[in-house]
Amino acid sequence: MTTRRLVLSRSAALIGAASSGLLLPELARAQGNKIRVGLMLPYTGAFAQLGVAIENGFRMALNEQGGKLGGREVEWFKVDDESNPAKGVENAQRLVQRDKVDVLIGTVHSGVQMGIHRVARESGVLNIIPNAGVHVATREQCAPNVFRASFTNSQPTLGLGKVMVDRGHKKAVWITWSYAAGDEAFEGFEKSYTAAGGQIVKKLGLPFPNVEFQALLTEIAALKPDAVACFFAGAGAAKFIRDYAAAGLNRTIPLYGSGFLTEGVLDAAGEAANGILTTLHYSDSLDTPRNKQFRLEYAKTFKMQPDVYSVQGYDSGLLLLQGANAVKGDLTKKKELYAAMQNATIDSPRGKFKLSKANNPVQDIYLRQVEGKENKVIGIAAKAVSDSGAGCRMAT
Amino acid sequence: MDFASFLIQLLNSVQYGLLLFMLAAGLTLIFGIMGVVNLAHGSFYMLGAYLAWSLAARLGSFALAIVVGTLLAVAFGLLLEKVLIRHFYHRDHLDQVLLTFGLIYIFEEMRSILWGDDVHGVAMPALLAASIPLTDTLSYPVYRLFMSGLCIVLAIGLYLLISRTKLGMKIRAGAFNHEMTEALGVNIRLIHALVFALGVALATVAGMIAAPISSVYPNMGGSVLIMCFVVVVIGGIGSVRGALIAALLVGFVDTFGKVLLPQVSGMLVYMLMALVLLYKPEGLFKA
Repeated sequence: MTTRRLVLSRSAALIGAASSGLLLPELARAQGNKIRVGLMLPYTGAFAQLGVAIENGFRMALNEQGGKLGGREVEWFKVDDESNPAKGVENAQRLVQRDKVDVLIGTVHSGVQMGIHRVARESGVLNIIPNAGVHVATREQCAPNVFRASFTNSQPTLGLGKVMVDRGHKKAVWITWSYAAGDEAFEGFEKSYTAAGGQIVKKLGLPFPNVEFQALLTEIAALKPDAVACFFAGAGAAKFIRDYAAAGLNRTIPLYGSGFLTEGVLDAAGEAANGILTTLHYSDSLDTPRNKQFRLEYAKTFKMQPDVYSVQGYDSGLLLLQGANAVKGDLTKKKELYAAMQNATIDSPRGKFKLSKANNPVQDIYLRQVEGKENKVIGIAAKAVSDSGAGCRMAT
Repeated sequence: MDFASFLIQLLNSVQYGLLLFMLAAGLTLIFGIMGVVNLAHGSFYMLGAYLAWSLAARLGSFALAIVVGTLLAVAFGLLLEKVLIRHFYHRDHLDQVLLTFGLIYIFEEMRSILWGDDVHGVAMPALLAASIPLTDTLSYPVYRLFMSGLCIVLAIGLYLLISRTKLGMKIRAGAFNHEMTEALGVNIRLIHALVFALGVALATVAGMIAAPISSVYPNMGGSVLIMCFVVVVIGGIGSVRGALIAALLVGFVDTFGKVLLPQVSGMLVYMLMALVLLYKPEGLFKA
């Protein structure tokens, strides 16, 4: 026999559950009027500015179409991933399971990306990568629901080899941090440089994020190669550039690098950076009407200058818009959605690009030279560069 | 490796070792004399670098920035000792670790609010900006030699202060027996405050001096802190002389490790530490 009191409290619980939507069928809720977009980006720590730049770019793309995706309003969910790989899976699951996002945008750090990747593959949630260049996400572990709007770590350096050999630098030393991104950048350099007829005299490395370069610079001086190619980024890049110049190496042995060497550090590196040649899929100074218009709009909206990360965030937005518009906002039509994204042409500030079969951009790599704290574009290093996508077998 | 390269690498290792000494000296002082584990030591290094950058821009002179920065660091050290550290001398080491670990986060946030999250470069003073050619391809920056010289001066100064002055005698007495020293009429509180401020100033000055060659960036104290602890542990906790020998040893192993054994260079220094601890659990020199 149930007491009156128990009945009362039970029905109260039932009403509460009903009003909060717990009892509604799964389907009805999924087709609620708002699309749930999850941003998993670094908002604190060393990559905090990259997270902000990506979010700004992404929002700008949506705002250009009235802030809607395929005619539906957007509800935002944000998680600070702190660039902490240990919390990658946990943070991604918070967005997917608790917030039930329809699409997850993220992230910057490759280690964290692997956490997102695991969750994306297990749950089948749509994931767009706005930066992280880790190879396997669009190679052995590629997935139909994972798209990349940025680059793979070997793409910039795939443009480097021929440029160096064309300039008469046939013997080169390679130097980087010994970690995944450095190894992957080396893969691109080795492939393009040896294919062009260059010879890698020696491969130098130091543990990440060690910035005591002096011993290795001394070794470069003793080896006397025609040129040095490298992969460094962030604060370490600024120090490497300065140390390289202070050791007098820049006078006799030209320095080349993956473009991240000279992104965001030119103020810190100062005059030491002048003349350095790098290859990347974008440059702030890219002289096209599309890029100029983008930069003007971005600067007006956010009161700051866009960079390569803003562009990648913007392109992530464009890619999602193309998919969402094709299915009129019904992201549950996965097959049509993915097909539309896979075949999309992205009208990016970096230049138009399409995706490879592994869902990674096929894009031009620009040759840039540092001149007065700016990466001046002096040509296209390699046209329509595609990542090998080795080992990608897409389950459809 | 030919003989000339060997000599240059030796120069590299001595120069790196001396910089490490300057960083570790403050840590070993605070640790050895007051028994305080100061995890925030690396943060003072970072604050020093940012101070050098912002003061040099404001005052227009790097040398002036160092002078002002040092005074600020001493004042900051005294204040911190009075407000927080003083209450932790007799507490458990774990409490001190928690306090100073928390300070790391506070200092990082302060830095973010005050100076932002950008990477900055500090221009070398024109007088020291030149390089001396060593071979036809390699030059040695004068500034690095200047840094080494400064570290040597500092090492000698610290040695004289602690072993040859009356203040040094009181400091050593306080480290040996706190209560007895106080009973003899020495103002031990003042001595502790001074030692802590000196330790903070050493780390801050190291950060300021290193700023022109290392550039200035968020979280730069983290990796430095670990190296400092390695040096202090190898040298023997509290021993300034031990810290000097250990720093030079670490500089040597790190430099030649990178050139000769690049595959394992990341862990050679830690292997050295393990080896020393195996045979000398209290470090090379017991304070």
